[in-house]
Amino acid sequence: MTLLRWFGRKTFSHGIHPQAHKEDTADKPIRRLPFAPRMVVPLAQHLGKPSRPVVRVGEEVGRGQLIAEADGFMSVPQHAPATGVVEAITLMPSAQGPRVPSIVIRVYEASNQEVLWRTPRDMDSLTPEQIVQAVQDTGLVGLGGAAFPSHVKLKVPQDAVIDTLIVNGCECEPYLTTDHRVMLEQGPDLIRGTQYAMRVVGARQAIIGVEDNKPDAIAAIRRHLPADGCIRVEAVVTKYPQGAEKMLIATLLGREVPSGGRSAEIGVVVNNVGTLTALGRLLPRGEGLIERVITVAGPGIKKPGNYLVPIGTPLRFLLNHVGFSGSEQEVILGGPMMGNAVSSLDVPVTKGSSGVLVLSSSEIQAETRRIHPCIKCGKCVAACPMHLNPTQLGLLAAKREYEVMTERFHLMDCIECGCCSFVCPSSIPLVQYFRIAKSILRERAA
Amino acid sequence: MSRPQIELRTSPHIKAAPTVEQIMRNVVYALLPIATFAVWQFGISALALIIVVTGSCLATEYVFSRSAGRGNTLSDWSAAITGLLLALTLPPGFPLWMGVVAGFIAIALGKALFGGLGYNVFNPALVGRAFVQAAFPAAITTWTPAGMPGRFVEFIPSTLALPFMTPPSVTEWSRQAVDSFSGATPLAQWKFEGVVTHASDLFTGMVAGSTGETSALLILLCGIYLAARRMMDWRIPSAVLLGAFVTALIFHLVNDQHYPTPLFVLFSGGLMLGALFMASDMVASPVTPWGVWIYGLFIGVLTVIIRYFGGLPEGVMYAILLGNALSPLIEHITQPRIYGARKSGAKP
Repeated sequence: MTLLRWFGRKTFSHGIHPQAHKEDTADKPIRRLPFAPRMVVPLAQHLGKPSRPVVRVGEEVGRGQLIAEADGFMSVPQHAPATGVVEAITLMPSAQGPRVPSIVIRVYEASNQEVLWRTPRDMDSLTPEQIVQAVQDTGLVGLGGAAFPSHVKLKVPQDAVIDTLIVNGCECEPYLTTDHRVMLEQGPDLIRGTQYAMRVVGARQAIIGVEDNKPDAIAAIRRHLPADGCIRVEAVVTKYPQGAEKMLIATLLGREVPSGGRSAEIGVVVNNVGTLTALGRLLPRGEGLIERVITVAGPGIKKPGNYLVPIGTPLRFLLNHVGFSGSEQEVILGGPMMGNAVSSLDVPVTKGSSGVLVLSSSEIQAETRRIHPCIKCGKCVAACPMHLNPTQLGLLAAKREYEVMTERFHLMDCIECGCCSFVCPSSIPLVQYFRIAKSILRERAA
Repeated sequence: MSRPQIELRTSPHIKAAPTVEQIMRNVVYALLPIATFAVWQFGISALALIIVVTGSCLATEYVFSRSAGRGNTLSDWSAAITGLLLALTLPPGFPLWMGVVAGFIAIALGKALFGGLGYNVFNPALVGRAFVQAAFPAAITTWTPAGMPGRFVEFIPSTLALPFMTPPSVTEWSRQAVDSFSGATPLAQWKFEGVVTHASDLFTGMVAGSTGETSALLILLCGIYLAARRMMDWRIPSAVLLGAFVTALIFHLVNDQHYPTPLFVLFSGGLMLGALFMASDMVASPVTPWGVWIYGLFIGVLTVIIRYFGGLPEGVMYAILLGNALSPLIEHITQPRIYGARKSGAKP
């Protein structure tokens, strides 16, 4: 890292270089997907408490109408993605595995793209507190994949002083190009959203960090930058996981988020470009988040590209629309490094879905190759961006020594980026061991 | 459209090369030129020794992994590496039956006993060599000259010694072939006779010594191949050689009459082979960034100390075995500082 810094290139230490696979979709403009005949809107598609339905079965809903309200501060509302009738409020499959309560809408065939429910706002007259409330009413969550409620992120703790807003445009996951396209096509919305967010958190400057494999996106944003110089774009080295919040902060500011703490403690708030673009577009119009850009790619897809997809569209409809060859076996929601393999094609696109990938059988074979004992090659130690010791953690996980893992080897600092599993020559599913260990420890603590 | 089949897995859904098999296979590839040179140098005795020792290792691995219920582990190629390395550290005229014993001990005691690949504490090849060093002290210090005229048609007499019999002496046999041969390796010549072989001879390797340790140049090239393919941690051999060089340089500067040049120390004996192919054994070396340097430097320094002050002319083997033994401790005290670590005492 230091060496690269001497040459003026911004990066963090460790990490990996997976093949990017972005060429199939990076130059494809965002296209709109038609409405599926039936939409499934889960009540818990964000971190925090599920929302509470405010519609009844059989009720007509208009596109953009509030159909579920936030349940407390750590929650967001849901809006109808299309005009139709509420068919059921029931358990439906989710990408994470278990079935979750969802509102099912039968969409009218005549439903058009016009958003029927909106309450335009005069943004200049709002106080920061009012903007935070407006963000919550929008139902916005982190669109980069974490699905953390955006208004919670923008609500700065009392004792923290924020000096910098970092806008995350790295998109370091292979295959995904949604942020790339959003930066190219929706620059004005992005800048507006960034300015709103700066106002809310009280940041003096904003830095948009973009990996240097997207020079066109960097140039496109530079054209829209306001003259006051408060917002700037920085090219950062292309490396996974550059888009992880902690890595990006270290790269751009040289600061580290303290172990177990939040970035606000060191005066930084990080937001994804997709999230701020949605913020910039939806807030003044007073609309809810009812659609998002998704990369549909992978060797199993006939028409790979970036699609503006209504939230709640079942994967089956999406894949049939873009052409999906049945010989491919793995459908992933999200990127290949951190995404979930889905259990059913009835799973809907949610607010946190950044991509739908269908990988080839050769990639699956690589994933299912024989697991050998750890040969202590140290590749995972050299890859871990958090500077943990996955070798020791893996050996301890096999022995179920979860307490030792967390007390001596900092298990809880693992960001689950998957670098260790990616490089492991023995094909040990290290990050999966760590996820299990963390959830067991959390259960014990509860 | 047919109903697509869906398989469930956990992320990450993509994997990087190389696999364990690929790493181990490439180590074997890297050892083959060294073995070939050994055969060219020492003739059919070396060839027979390499084949017999490797065969013994493979057979032992097969029997033990099967009986331990681990299935057939020959396909991971690690036993072949142990066999090749072990053969390359033995004298070319080493009796074949002793080679079988060495191979058996290397795998059985050095590897299978600990639980197979990944669990061994010591480098298995060196465990085998240490055993035969203790068991057959005469045979393992019996050297024959390189490049003998009839080496491709005639075995070295000791090679075909019968089990549990004293091998025939090769001193007279060597003298007949090469008049001036003293029966010692360059290291032993320096230690016991004060004769220093020129570093360039050591570099190319036409000198007496263990089967595969003589050509520093060839070993370096093969090691660089592995390091360039990222199948060997370049830091460990670098640290070993650096440690040995600096230690030797200090001694040489203090007393250049008594202590040889650092280059002689680097290129003589088994230091090259040990540094590049045995100290760098992934399983028995630390993984932490500081740990690998400490481990390597320790081995390098210790090798020179043993050579200068020990009873034997060569010290690489014991230095590496000691380094292996210390590696968990080294790793324990060199745990990396994690991202965002708080100062001790601060509350999270």
